[in-house]
Formats: sequence, C-alpha cells, structure tokens
Amino acid sequence: MTSIIHVENTVATMAAELKTMIAKRQIDNPVIVGIRTGGVWIAKRLQEHLELADAVGELDISFYRDDFTRIGLNPSVKASSLPIETENRHLILVDDVIMSGRTIRAAMNELFDYGRPASIVLAALIDVGARELPIQPDVIGHQAHLESDERVKLVGPDPLQVELRKKGQS
Amino acid sequence: MPELDEHTPVLQLNRFDQLRHFLTIDGLSCQHLTDILDTADTFIEVGSRSIKKVPLLRGKTVANLFFEASTRTRTTFELAAKRLSADVLNINISTSATSKGESLSDMLQNLEAMAVDMFVVRHAQSGAPHFIAESVTPRVSVINAGDGRHAHPTQAMLDMLTIRQHKGQFNGLTVAIVGDILHSRVARSQIRALNVLGAREVRVIAPDTLLPVDVESFGVKVFNDMSQGLEGVDVVIMLRLQKERMEGALLPSESEFFRLYGLSEKKLKLAKPDAIVMHPGPINRGVEIDSAVADGPQSVILNEVTNGIAVRMAVLSMAMSGQIAELAADEEVI
Amino acid sequence: MSSRLLIKGGRIVSPGPLCDQVADIAVADGRILAAGDIPQDFTPDQVIDAVGHWVSAGFIDLSHTLRQPGLEHKATIASECAAAARGGFTTLCTPPSTSPVNDSAPVTNLIFDQALGAAKAKVLPIGAMTKGLKGEQLSEMYALKQAGCVAVTNMRHPFRNNQVLKRCLEYACSQDILAFVCPQDSALAKDGCAHDGAIASKLGLVGIPTIAEVLSVAQWLILAEETEAQVHFSQISCARSVSMIAEAKARGLKVTADVAIANLLYTDSVISGYNPMFHVEPPLRSENDRQALLDGVNSGVIDAICSNHEPHESAAKQAPFAETASGMSQAELLCSHIVELIGGGELDQAAAIRALTTGPAAVLGIEAGTLESGAAGDIAVIDSESRWTVSEGSLVSRGKNTPSLGKSLPGRSLYTILDGAIVYSAENDI
Repeated sequence: MTSIIHVENTVATMAAELKTMIAKRQIDNPVIVGIRTGGVWIAKRLQEHLELADAVGELDISFYRDDFTRIGLNPSVKASSLPIETENRHLILVDDVIMSGRTIRAAMNELFDYGRPASIVLAALIDVGARELPIQPDVIGHQAHLESDERVKLVGPDPLQVELRKKGQS
Repeated sequence: MPELDEHTPVLQLNRFDQLRHFLTIDGLSCQHLTDILDTADTFIEVGSRSIKKVPLLRGKTVANLFFEASTRTRTTFELAAKRLSADVLNINISTSATSKGESLSDMLQNLEAMAVDMFVVRHAQSGAPHFIAESVTPRVSVINAGDGRHAHPTQAMLDMLTIRQHKGQFNGLTVAIVGDILHSRVARSQIRALNVLGAREVRVIAPDTLLPVDVESFGVKVFNDMSQGLEGVDVVIMLRLQKERMEGALLPSESEFFRLYGLSEKKLKLAKPDAIVMHPGPINRGVEIDSAVADGPQSVILNEVTNGIAVRMAVLSMAMSGQIAELAADEEVI
Repeated sequence: MSSRLLIKGGRIVSPGPLCDQVADIAVADGRILAAGDIPQDFTPDQVIDAVGHWVSAGFIDLSHTLRQPGLEHKATIASECAAAARGGFTTLCTPPSTSPVNDSAPVTNLIFDQALGAAKAKVLPIGAMTKGLKGEQLSEMYALKQAGCVAVTNMRHPFRNNQVLKRCLEYACSQDILAFVCPQDSALAKDGCAHDGAIASKLGLVGIPTIAEVLSVAQWLILAEETEAQVHFSQISCARSVSMIAEAKARGLKVTADVAIANLLYTDSVISGYNPMFHVEPPLRSENDRQALLDGVNSGVIDAICSNHEPHESAAKQAPFAETASGMSQAELLCSHIVELIGGGELDQAAAIRALTTGPAAVLGIEAGTLESGAAGDIAVIDSESRWTVSEGSLVSRGKNTPSLGKSLPGRSLYTILDGAIVYSAENDI
C-alpha cells in the first residue's frame, strides 16, 4: 500500500513551522512529547529537525482514556516516560492523527499530573476533522478529507507511511 | 464417579479469558501473571509523578471488606484504589457479627445496593472470597486480600514483581520458602505463582509439623534441614511465625525454631552470593530472621511496599476492566 | 389404607429365593401374602403393573435425620418421612441429634407420635448414649430401649475420656442394646471440614485425617472384643477401616458397618470449588478409599448403605465452606445414585440391594427387608430406566441441599408400599 503523503517531507515542513512559532512566541528551550505509538515516531523526527536539548518524552494515555467504562483497559499499556521535570517547561505535544480530540484531552490531563507546564503547543501530522472537543492543533502537517468508512493509519517506524484503510480492515 | 464440580477455575475469568475477579493464582496462565506484572510496572512509574494519581477508576467505588484485621494490606489496597481515583469504603467487620452466613449475604446485598463496584475481601475462612464472588451480581468484582490458609494472591504477585526486578526472569531460579507453610496463604500463592512463571525449583523448608499434607503435590521439594535446603538458591523467602504455634504442639519454642529454621548470616552464605532475602512482613526479628540479615545488603524487604501498591493498582484496574468487558458482552447478547 | 395389591411382572431385586426373577407379589392385610405363585382365588383391589421395573423390599435407612423436635426450620418428621417414601424407604433410623437431644423416653415418644401421624415410613429412633450427647453421663438406655429406640449412639460427639467410653459400651451391652459408633477421634478431627489430603491442603481447609477414623475404629474394635458388646460402625469412610472391620468379622467379632451413599459417590476432588453442598461428615475421601468402600459393599464386609440424609435450610449452606453446616439431602436421591453405581459397574446389584434391605435389617435385628410370604408388606417398585431432573421443586424434602440440583439422574421409585398401603405413587405423586 502506498503512503497518501510523503511523511518525511511533511515532517520537515512541520518542523519549519514550529521553529517559526517558537521564535515568534519567544518559547525558550521547549520539550517535545509524543503520544504512543505514532506520535512518538513523529516527535522523534521533529526532534532531529529542531535539535532540542532534552530527549523526547513518551506518553501512554491508557490510564486517562474517557472510554474505560465502555471498553476497559488497553492490555498492552506501557509506562509513560518523561525524561525530565516538566514543571514550568514549554511543551510541544505531538500526535500522528487528530480526530475527535479526546486523545489530546487525555494526554493534557496526564501531562498536568507530572507538574504544571508553562505552555503546550500541539502538532499533528494529519488532521482528519470530525472534532468532538474544542481542541485545535497549532501545527498541522496535512489536512485529510475522509469518507465515513475510511480511516488513516501511520505505519512505521522505518519508513514512516500513512495508509488509507477502509473500516473493518486492520 | 458420576459428578464433578467443574466451574471453579474459570470463576475469576471472563469469557475473553481476562481477570474479572482475582481470587487465587490457581487456574491463571503464565501470560495472565505476566500481564499483571507488566501492568504493575507501568503503575510504579505513576507512583513517581508529582501527582500520583490516574483517573482510571473515577466514579467507581471500592469497598475494603476486612473480616480480619490487617492494617498493612488494607492501607495498600486503599492507597491503590485512591491512586486510581476510585472512592473507597473501609468496612471492618468483627467475625462474630457475621458468624452466620445469612448476615454475610445480607451485608453483601446492602453493599451492592449502594452500587459498590468492587469488594476487596480479607477473611479468616479459606474460600470466603470464592463464596462472595459466587453470590454477587455481575456488576461487582471481588479481589482476595487473603483468605484463611488458602491464598493471598496480591501478596504473591508483589513478591513476584520484586523477584523479577532483581533477577530479570524466573527461568532457572531456585527459590526456597522457609517456615510455617501449613498455615501460610502467602506460601500457597507464591508456590503456585513461581511454578506457573517457570521457576526451576521451588523448595519448602520446615519441620513436618508445619507442612501441609501432600505438600509435594504443590510442586515443591521438601527439606527438613535448612542447610541442605538453602544450598545454591537464588531467592530465600522467610515466612512469619505466629506465636500460637507453640500452643498447638507444632513447635517447642521460638528459640529452637530460630536455631533450626531462622535465617542467620552464616546460613545465608549457603545460598548463592547474589541471593535475595524476602519476607512478607511483619518481621519477628530473632525468630524467623536475624536483624543483621533483615537489614543487610541482600534483603529486599523494604522494596515490597512500593511494589505492593503497584500490583494492587494493576489488579484492581484489570479486574474492573474484565468486569466491564463481560457486562458489555452480556448486553450484546441481549 | 391397607388393601389387597397385586404387583405384576416386576423383576425381584431384593434377596431371597426369587431374587433376579420376574415374579408377581400379592399383598393382603398389610403383609406379603404370596410371592411367585399367587393363589388362584386371590382377588386384588388394585393391580400394579411392574413389568420392566424392579421390585424390592422397602429400603431400610440406618441414618436418616428428621430434624424434629426442635429443628423445624430445617425439616419436619412429616416432610422427611414423605421424602423417604418417595425415595423407596420404608424404615428409617433417626439419630438423636434433635433439640432437645433424644436422650430420654419422652423425646422418643414424641418422635413416634409424629411419625405415626405422618404414616409414610416406620421410624426407629436411635437414642443418645450419653446425656445431651455430652459424653459425660450415661443416658437412661434401658428406658430408651423400652420406649422403642433400636440403638444408642454418641454420634461424632467426643467422650470425656476413655473410661466413659468403655462404661457406655459395657452398660449398653448389659442392657442388650446395640451401640452405633461414628468412629472419629475428636482431637485429630478438630476444626476439620474435609479429607486431609492434597485438595484440602491446596484449598487451605483444615483436614480430618484418615487416622482420626482408623485409630477410633481400632479402639472400638478392641473394646468390642473386651466387652463382647455388639458394635455397629456408622458411616465409615476409609479403606483401612474396611480392612480392619473385615479382619475383625473374620475373627468372629459381633461388629457390623455401614457407609453413607455420598462416600460411595464422590471423592475429595469435588470440593475443589469450595462447593458447600459437598461439605459432609465423614468427609469425602480419596479414590482409593472410595474403591475400598465399594469393594466392602460388594463383598458384604459393609452390611448397609445409609442415606445419611441431613436436610438443611438454604441459609445453612450460604457461607464460606468451613462455616457451612455439613450434610446432604439424600432421601430422594439415594435410589438414583444406587441405580447409577450399579449401571456403572461399581456396585454389584445384589450386594447393593442387600445393603439396603436384609443387610440393615440384620444389623438392627429386625424382621424386615424381604419379600417372602408372611413378611411385612413394605415394598418399593423402582423404574431403573427413566431419567428425571433434580430441582428444588422436584424434591419433597425440605432440604434442597444437594449437589445434584440441575442434574439428570437415572432411576426413581414408582410405588412405595408400607404395610400393604401405597404411601407413594409416582403417578399421583402422593
């Protein structure tokens, strides 16, 4: 299956946008945090472009999902790992695909449990719309328009490809 | 024989083979136990955050039903439930008030009417959590916090977590459990867990008066002599000795017990040089274990508190998850 | 109402010259008028078609708890006699564990009064060997015997010491009263609720070791030999007990023994799910023990199979295993279980029926258990083929405490006849 976008090029564009934004907002020494699994891959690529001082943080939002009472616990939950104190730091939160916004809400809740950040910027590789919460990314790599039975999936980590799938396919 | 009772091993699992109660290690696979340990590992990380709490069980109510006093176990369960954002009810029931089965059933019904989602049960009678799990509605999960001499599965799993942290894996390990095996629910659960997780050899070291009948059927090697039993072991687990044991003519005295089965520095030298020493606590210094060993470099006794909370968070969330999945499946059938 | 009955075409299964033959039975004036050759001029009021079915002398149960007086929340004499009739029993020995304990003639009389009122089975009370079953003072055994008790027992209650135990046996012997003993050393069985084996160890249940029974059997055998008393071992459960009793019998001792149906059916493996329905005394033991008990019945070393029927209210079983009351409701199930064990080749048919008829009659020294002419008209007609499903509703006994609920079992009694009167008929389910 071929990728619907060229991921590396898109990430490079996102990195450039982020650089501009960081400079404009006078954000000092931000920390980049990816949401597992795809968000972490994108976060690591952005890190290479931005050359930030601190290592990439990894969030597993399983414990923060709002659908626990409907679907239960993700059996492959892994520990989140934030390599540094995030209290009072500027954070760049990265995910691969943004849709309803619920994942981002859960991720921000989790981030606050590590301490109060100075600010959070949100970057997503692909925005497929269909938002259910008032959350908008600051940086979007690609705006996709999907049919109701379609979804996108980031496959990786090497090479990174975005596949368009029909619902029901895994 | 015309009839057999076949339902038990699956009582604690839902139709997807996930935990929905946690009553005993018996009937669980290596994968089940490994899942518990892996999930516990993720909760250890949560304990290191500035806010040591996740919203997983928000809106859920956990009732600690302690028919037998235990401050330590109850506190770690309470903390575990609170760190999962559950509401916690602590109910201490004197055994005399519920010596009649009828009132126990009545009390459970009352709690269910208050929409309690989980019961954490400590009871002096073996099998009490089984009985409760069989009598509650599908909207309640039961976690065994120690029943009679039968099982203490969360204690065993926190010990397994401690062993895995120090030894990496279970394959190839020789583990010796020393002391009052007969009355120990912890030992029964540990022996089962070690065998399921693939330990090479589990040994029990005790006089015959403190060994259950047919203990070999648990999958252990029996030693009456501690020096022989400790030879080359990777892990030494010391059990607590209750004072009442002298009265039932099971043992002559604490001092003779210590001489024969107490862990001294000298005896510990018989184990592997990197062997770890564990004790489910509270320790009787000078009865089961020398202070120098309990506080020594090979002792991992203090680690067990952190692991205890993490394991209980894992088990609470997994059983709740199993309950939810089962209820969802029930609804689909209807 | 006693009437003239003709039971036609059934297969006689109880001991006697007609055993295992198809024969007719004529009943008149409460007694067997003829078996096999029916007089030409016999005109029955009612003919029972028994073709394809078993015809046996009514079963005699050496341990059938009726709960009255005093434990009416569990069952009554009327309810349990009706259950017994439904199970093919016509004679029941009821242990003294009533409230008050049956340690005096008035209690015995009260039991007789109730049983006569129920008129569903002959009830033979067993008196207490010591006052209040406390194991300290002798009960008035002579008065109990005069009132109609067929034996005395201390059940599983301990004697204060061996001197009391020995004197009980001597006194019973001197009054010519049969002693029922439930062999169990109380210190070795203390707090126990299951067979002391691998299963109880794993479940963390306090065990009752086999030596608790075997030591007690040895002790009673020596005392029986010393005192020349007649001793009946009630509900043995261990292989070693069987072999010791066999040896004692071979030496000519006046000892007999029975086994509870549960110990022939189950082993301790069934308690692995803490199912309190399997909490019984004596405990369910190993497969080796079960096989020895079956062999004991088949060889005749064990004289009788008893139901050890112990009805309980549902709350008595609603608790963790060890806290539940022990005992199973068996009155209406024993017959099916016997059919099952015979069908499975585990029990020899002749031996099994003997252990329910002439075997227990001989233990008690009563004239019962045969279909010979002149014998009491106590008869059970059993359909050994058809199956029925056990449910709370299908049991007449107040005790629904059986692990067989929901199970389909073969065999059930069609008619039970007591002194020539039909006291149970499956057709009318009376």
